[in-house]
Parts: sequence; structure tokens; C-alpha cells
Amino acid sequence: MDILVCIKRIPDIAGQITLDGSGTDIDDAGLGHTTSAHEECAVELAIQTAAATGGKVTVLTLGPAEAVEQLRAAVGVGANDGILIEAEDSGAFGTEDIAQVIGDVIRDRTEGGQNFDLVLLGNDAADTGDFQVPIRLAYDLGYPVLTSISTFSPAGGPVIEARGIGPSGTEIFSLELPAVVAVQEGGVDPRYPSITGRMKAKKARIAEYVAPEPGAGNPRIGLELPPDTANEVTILGEGPDAAGALVDVLEEIGVIRS
Amino acid sequence: MASIPTQASVVVVGAGIVGNSLVHHLAELGWRDIVQVDKGPLPNPGGSTGHASNFIFPVDHSREITDLTLDSVRQYKELGVFTQSGGFEVARTQERMQELRRRMASAKAWGIESHLVTPEEVVEKVPFLDPSVIVGAFWTPTVGVVDSVGAGTMMRESAQNKGALTVSPNTEVTGIDVENGAIARVHTTKGPIETEKILIACGVWSPRIAAMAGAAIPLTPAVHQMISVGPVPQLAEQTGEISFPIVRDMDTFCYERQHGSDMEIGSYAHRAILHEPDEIPSIEAAKLSPTEMPFTDDDFDPQLEQALELMPDVLSNPDVEIRYAINGLLSLTPDGAPILGESPEVKGLWSAAAVWVKEGPGVGRAVAEWMTNGCPEVDVQGADIARFHPHQRTREHVRARTSEAFIKTYGIVHPGEQWNSDRNVRLSPMHEREKELGAVFFEVAGWERPQWYASNAPLLEEFGERVMDRTAEWDSRWWSPIINAEHLALRERAGLVDLSSFVIFDVFGPAALDAVQSIVLAQMDVGIGRVVYTPVLDETGGFRSDLTIMRLAHDRFRVVTGAAHGMVDVKWFADRLPGTGAQITDLTSSWTTIGLWGPRARDILSQVTNADVSHERFKFGTARTIEVGSLQVLASRISYVGDLGWELYIPMETGLRLWDVLTEAGTEHGLVPVGLGVYGTTGRIEKGYRAFGAELDSDRSVIEVGMARPKVKSQGFVGRDAHLRHREEDPKAILCSLTVDDHTSASGEKRYMLGGEPIRSQDGQPLIDGHGHHAFVTSAGSAPSLGKHVLMAFLPPAEAVLGNQLTVVYMEEAYPVTVASIDATPLFDPSNENIRR
Repeated sequence: MDILVCIKRIPDIAGQITLDGSGTDIDDAGLGHTTSAHEECAVELAIQTAAATGGKVTVLTLGPAEAVEQLRAAVGVGANDGILIEAEDSGAFGTEDIAQVIGDVIRDRTEGGQNFDLVLLGNDAADTGDFQVPIRLAYDLGYPVLTSISTFSPAGGPVIEARGIGPSGTEIFSLELPAVVAVQEGGVDPRYPSITGRMKAKKARIAEYVAPEPGAGNPRIGLELPPDTANEVTILGEGPDAAGALVDVLEEIGVIRS
Repeated sequence: MASIPTQASVVVVGAGIVGNSLVHHLAELGWRDIVQVDKGPLPNPGGSTGHASNFIFPVDHSREITDLTLDSVRQYKELGVFTQSGGFEVARTQERMQELRRRMASAKAWGIESHLVTPEEVVEKVPFLDPSVIVGAFWTPTVGVVDSVGAGTMMRESAQNKGALTVSPNTEVTGIDVENGAIARVHTTKGPIETEKILIACGVWSPRIAAMAGAAIPLTPAVHQMISVGPVPQLAEQTGEISFPIVRDMDTFCYERQHGSDMEIGSYAHRAILHEPDEIPSIEAAKLSPTEMPFTDDDFDPQLEQALELMPDVLSNPDVEIRYAINGLLSLTPDGAPILGESPEVKGLWSAAAVWVKEGPGVGRAVAEWMTNGCPEVDVQGADIARFHPHQRTREHVRARTSEAFIKTYGIVHPGEQWNSDRNVRLSPMHEREKELGAVFFEVAGWERPQWYASNAPLLEEFGERVMDRTAEWDSRWWSPIINAEHLALRERAGLVDLSSFVIFDVFGPAALDAVQSIVLAQMDVGIGRVVYTPVLDETGGFRSDLTIMRLAHDRFRVVTGAAHGMVDVKWFADRLPGTGAQITDLTSSWTTIGLWGPRARDILSQVTNADVSHERFKFGTARTIEVGSLQVLASRISYVGDLGWELYIPMETGLRLWDVLTEAGTEHGLVPVGLGVYGTTGRIEKGYRAFGAELDSDRSVIEVGMARPKVKSQGFVGRDAHLRHREEDPKAILCSLTVDDHTSASGEKRYMLGGEPIRSQDGQPLIDGHGHHAFVTSAGSAPSLGKHVLMAFLPPAEAVLGNQLTVVYMEEAYPVTVASIDATPLFDPSNENIRR
């Protein structure tokens, strides 16, 4: 199964967020860059599936030249090659533009003889949270689409069985390929790169496209930070007496199971 | 919000390994009402200590750093947080093997057990290393790892348990009030604290805090990349944090260090990546900690390949994953040394910055002692914050030098190696002339100083074999036989030396005599026009400096000292002026100095002046103003090269004129320009003149260096009591001059020591003095007048016997040496007739 995974370069945020001068983007000076957890899971699912079916995994991104780092990171954990659609100001692209550009590249690849059975994306981008591109891309390609999928597996022929695992139960779908799937994190544990993987990534072939001028554009006019919420520190106790309360917290956040 | 004390004896900023050691040692020394703040949480507030790799290799070419490291290891062991693993520094090239042989010299000189071993011996202890990649290694069994956060916690708690310390985490310093040039209070996010002392020990943020008081701590945050890979099955089989020796892959500037089932790989091979203290992310905005910056893969990729070569079995395993990768921030300084002591810019502002985990507790103790009684037991004068000249405190200088130095962290650095960056900052008025003469410039304190002159190359032919040429590349790097030729020309005719880099300052005012009298050892109540060379001691009787003082008037003394250490001297004097009766003014940039020495010096000088410069009318050790044409020249008849002549002081703008006048007059006398290679090494070493920082430091007494005078003046001076005591005691070591008897190495090539080598008995046994120091070469150089290579070294008194046959170990080969002087008696012209002719 040949799988295309679309990923997005985003600032690697874990703490307080600040906005840049324009107020339309996160200030990423001093921050590293990564891809969202959804997309890391999509890459992991793709690698596992390709390995099980003797297929290959291509990763694609639309972004600045530096976004090649995210493509190489994906190759480092097992993707085979990458496609960079270079756009210096990728923020100017609206979700409709992005879907259109990706769709054009997929069609270009199809003409060149490369057929993707499955196109994976993250459910939503961690920085902008639009939830738009997977559905728009499916519409553009005329493919069926599923969102919020946690795992999937080949189900014989051009079909996968996809599962969306939620807090109150699991939805199970049978999906005919080619198709678009939006992955949500939680179904698989993304792997870290190995040293040999990283070295392979360094040498990986990255195909390059240049994005056309955005057509529809980005209708977003700005971002606003939520009000500062004061950090609240709860002291659970001291010494052995605190053990019970600590176990409760670890269970609550899912580190351990009772 | 927790409250904070409104008063403190000292506010310590930073709760990393340095700040924690400091509060511990301050409390031990009796300090109370200490307040320690850190903007981060405890026990890991997010500075460089929190991500340190925490391993310690004790051998360093610097004795000062080694002393601090050994003291730190002792303290870590006492705290029970030291685990000995042993460590290899492996060589992939023959050039590196030579460096490891040189490292053996440092190990032996400092008395640390190390051995050179074969690749097979490395594999015995590190079975997953590929021996075919390396040619040998340097093994130090006492290498180990520490828990620096744990140690810091224990030290902080020990101070708290004494009731000496209030710790306030999550508290940021927001401002510092300076009143009348001194610290008055520290503002924090939890309120102001009245205090006369602030101790800045917050690593990469230190410049930012110092700037709040208008002072400089010239360091820059710089990236050291580190990754952690695992789980490694070969490591997971072992119990504990570390069971395999640490490997430093010296030629790729990397290290591999086991941490449980993971392997940490650190690199100093990448480009210098510098940050600004003000732009380090806040704790809130940082993903990991503020000093664990986002990893930049591209910079590290070449190291992965090299690490894979060295440890293929471990690192090619696809299950071994890169789980943690950071651009860790650490502090770099323009000269590589830490920044310790009280700022010369603001009274009461102390720094303990740019310190590595391996030196942390040692620095904590030294700075605490320094703050308490003015004298750290370990000599840390090379790290004194007062050492920086103004241009060295600038951002541009710091960035230029640290960028250049980063790659030298594991590099092979020749002791004579010069900087490439930020050169041509301070130029003497004679600079253009010197360039025309083909001067090869060495830099000290920003000054471009001719080391030798290409224009003197014809002298090589004149002096032939006597120039003692060197064939070994290492011995002759940053050296030229022209230096020795210039030396011989000076001894036989005359030489002209540009000494513009002297630090010159006046002590003046009604109490000027009292001031200098109380600071220096020599009698300063001398006639006007006398020139006095004198040691400057600390309270323990160790050397703070040695310098020359001219009495210019009843109420004015001119102090002349070296460029490298001169700024420290300025502060030392300024701190000890009595009340309002004496002042100090730095005249370094006002005066230039030209040295004129050699048997023809008087002929030359008398040709350009009408003044009587005869021996009878211009005695040695006197200074007076003479006219040279329309120039007024302060001529001082002394000599650091041990020959007839003068230091000629003249306003900077007229220096070139004087140089030209002397050059012209000197032509018929065979005068040549002479570089600092002669002034700093060959001239002094055959005269047995001691140099501060080499023979003279705070560990050594006046007696041990053979500089005691027949009497001690009755007036009080700093260190007098200790000095009197030293005179009564048997010395624990004696500074000797030794000559090398045979330079022939095993290969047949003649080798010339450069300094730092161990001195041993004829059968190779170490010589240990009464301080517990191993004998080593403090200075080495050609003595062309003698046709010998001369070494200086402190020997145990029993070995300090004229004619005693010993050995010097150079590049792991022993060469015979003979003790030739056991006091300050010069090897050349022992009765000093040349000076007094």
C-alpha cells in the first residue's frame, strides 16, 4: 500500500505562547519546530501499514524551505521519501488553498505513475486547529474521507478497517481506497528516530515543488491569546503520606492504571 | 506569596551547582543572613547544571583548573555523589597521540594517575568500541560522574540547617541599586533586599544581572549539543547509572557516556552557536528548561556518523532510539577561564560565573574564602574578574573570541597559540614601523606586540649554530630562531623593544607614600627618582603580583606592571588606598615605553641626548626625565633582560618620534629591533628572572622563589606577618633553574621543552615538595648566551642542590637535566656586571 502523509511544520510549544508583531502568528523565535502529535501518529500508522503490506510511505508538506527538517524527521523514523511544496509565506494560504495545492501535487504524481492508495493527515494542526484540510482535500480529489481515526489495518483488497477510539466507545469503519483519513493521536505510539534512521534521513530524496500564489487566501485576521491563568500549585503532601494522593493523580492523568 | 527577608549579608543569585556550593561554604565560614534566590523552582531551577552531563576528567593543562577540579571531586566524594567510572580519551590520529603524550605530562605534573593504552586495552573495558578506528588512548582511572543537582541540594540544606540561609526559589532579580559605587539593595519579584553584597552565580544569565548594576560579566551563552540514545541492550544488562568508562573521542570533539541503559553523546564539533542572555526563553515559554534549547539536527548529523564509527555495535541497532536531544546552553568566556571575584566596576558585586560542574564546589569554596578573608587557598588569580581590559568586556570581543574558542574545547591547543579574531585592537605608536620590519605580532590584552622581526632574518647567518634552531614541528610552532638571534644581537650590541603594553598607573596625594608602603613588600620610603622592583603579597604571604614602582615626587609613585595581569593590580591598589589621602589614576593609554638594552645602549642614548647617562651619573635603579631633541623622556635604568639600558617612557603620541630617533642613532652601533620573544623568555630565563603567573603565584612564598631581602622593612604591609613567619620556616619548595643536558629523543631528533613538563628523579620517580605539589617546569626557553635550554621548576628542598642530576619528561621521553641555580643567581652573568657597567 502506497501512503502519502501530509504534515505541517509548527512551533514546538509546551509552555506559554506569545504572538509575533503581526498578531496573526505564534512567535517562534527561540522555539524549535515539530509536527503535531496527530501527524506523528499518522506517520507511525503509515510506516506500520507500509511494512505490513510491502508498500512505501511518502511525506508531504507545504511550508518554508526549513520545513524540509520535518520531512527528514519523518524519513528518520521510517518514511521513504518526501515532497516539499515550498511557500515562503505559508500563513497566507487558507485551508482551501492548501487542499487545492496538495490535490494538484497528488494529481501530478498520479500522472507520473505514482498512485497513493491512502492519503493521511492529522485531524487538525496543533497551531491553527482548523479541522478543514482533510475534508477539503478529499472533496478536491473526489475520495471518501474519515476523520478522528485512531488506528486502521488492511482488510483485504482495496479496503481498510478504520477505528476511531473515543472516550465513550469506538467507531469502526470499512473504507474503500483510495481515500483520505484524518488521524487523531492516541491509537499508536510514534517511534523515535534511530541513529541509522537519522543518517538515512539526511540523505533522503526530497522532491520539490513551488506553491502557486494562494487563491482563496487565509481569511484569518488575527489570533488572540487566552487570558493568563495563574498556575496553581497543589502540595499533595510530604514523604510517604503523600503516596496515596500521588497515585490518584497519576491514575487521573493516565500514567498508570488501577 | 512567600515573603523574603528585607535584609541580607549577601544575596546569592542562582541555585545551580555554583550558587549552592557558595551558600554552603559561606555558611561554613560563619556567614549568616544569607539569602539565595533563583527565578526557577528547586531542585532544578532550569540552568546549565540541570542538563549537565556531570562527568569529570581531572587532567587539564591548566594547573589552576586542575586544582579546582580536584577540590571539587573531594567535595563530591564527601557528599557521596561521586561514582568512579574511569575514562578514556581516544586518539584517531598520530597528531592526537602526541597531544595525549603531552597530556601525560600534565597528569604527571599535577600528580594524577593516567596511562597511555592501546586500542586493545580500551576494548577490554569498553567492549562495544571498534578498536580499528583508534590508534591509542589516554586512560584516567579516577574519572567519574557526579549528581550535581543532588550535591547542590545537600549543600544548600547544610547552610539552611545552620540557620544561615533563606532560600527563595521562583524569585527573579528585577533590579539592583548602586549607591556611591557600591551595592545598596537588590530588587526581586518578592520585594527588595537591603544588602551590601550580591553574588552572581547564575551562569548564562549572569551578564544580565550584572548589567542591572552597570557592571560586566563578559560571558556568552553558547550551545553544546547533546543527545541521549537508548535503550542499549549492552548497557541495560549492567546495574547502576554507570558501569563502563566514559569515552572522549578527541578527534571528533565528541564524548560517549553511559547513563543507565542510555548512551549520551555530546559534541563540541559543531559551529559556535551563541545566544544572548536577554533572549533565553523564560521558564514559562521553554519546552524543557530555558537552557535546553531546541535541537538543531543539521549541526549534529556529522557527529552521529562519527559516533557510529566508534561504537557500531551499540549505535547501529535500530531499536536504539534518539529520545532526547538538546542544544544545551553553557557559558563561554573570551579567554576560557571562569569569571570569579569582586567586580572592579561596582563595590560589593561578586561573580562566580562560567564555571563547569567539574569545578563547581571548588569554586564555591574559593570564592567563599575570598569573600571572607581575601585569600582563597586555591590560586584562582587567572580567573579574577578584574583581569578584563575595557575592550575585553564588550559583546563583540566576547562573541568573537568564544566563536573562535569553541572548537578548541577538545582541540589541540599549542601553548603559544594566538587568536585570529578581534585583533589589531590596541596598536602602539610604533606599529606601522614594526609592520614594515616584518614583525610577527602576538597579542596580549588587545595589544599587538612584535614577537620577532622578519627583518632580523640575516642575523641567523651571523650567529649560525648559536641560534639553537628546532626541527620538531611542535617545538618550533609559534616560535622562530630569529628570537634567539635577536637575543644574541642585543647581548653583543643593542636591542630596541616596544613595551607599549605595560599597565601604568600613578598613586598620588599626600598619603601616597603610606599607600604604596602598606601594599608592597619593598621599602618605598626612598629618594625621589629611585626605581624599586617589589613583590606584592596577599595576607598569606603568597604573590599577588610583582612590579616596578618609580618614586617621581614626594607624593607621586608610578607603578609599572604587565599587561596580562595589570588590571588586577589596579584594583588591588585601588581597594587598599587609605581614606582620602591617596588616589590612583590609570595612565596606560597615556604613556608608551621603549626598552633600549645591550652593551651599546649607552652609546646610543648619549648620542641623542645631552643628559649625562654615564654609569656614575645615571645609576642603576634610578629614573629621571631627560631631553631627547624636543622630546621629554622619563628614562628608568632597569632591565628585565639583564643588560645595560633603560626603559624610556614617553607620551603615546611622541613614541614614534623617539623610536625613529633611536633607530637612526643606533644604526652605526648595530642596534636591532627586538621582539617580546627575547623580553618575555630568553632574556629573562638566562637571568633567572621570575614571571608572575608562571613562577610567582599565591601558592608560593617569597622565600621559595629566592627573592627574600636581607631585612624586612619595619612598616606594615599586606602579608608582612605571613612573610615573617615564612622566613623562620624551612621552605617547602625551592625554585631552581635547570639546564637540559641532552635533547636527543629516541628518534634522534632534538626536542625542546615548552613548559609544564614533569621533573623527575634520574630513575623516573616523582619529586613531591612540602606542599604536596609534583615538580614541573614553570617556564622553559632558550638561553642563547649559554647555548643551553633552561627550565625553571620548584623542587623539594632536598633536591635543590647544585649539580643534582634529574630528568624532565617530554612527550613521554625522559631527558637528563642538571640543577644549575638554586636561588635567584642568574645562570648568565651571575654577578650582574652587564647591568652595572
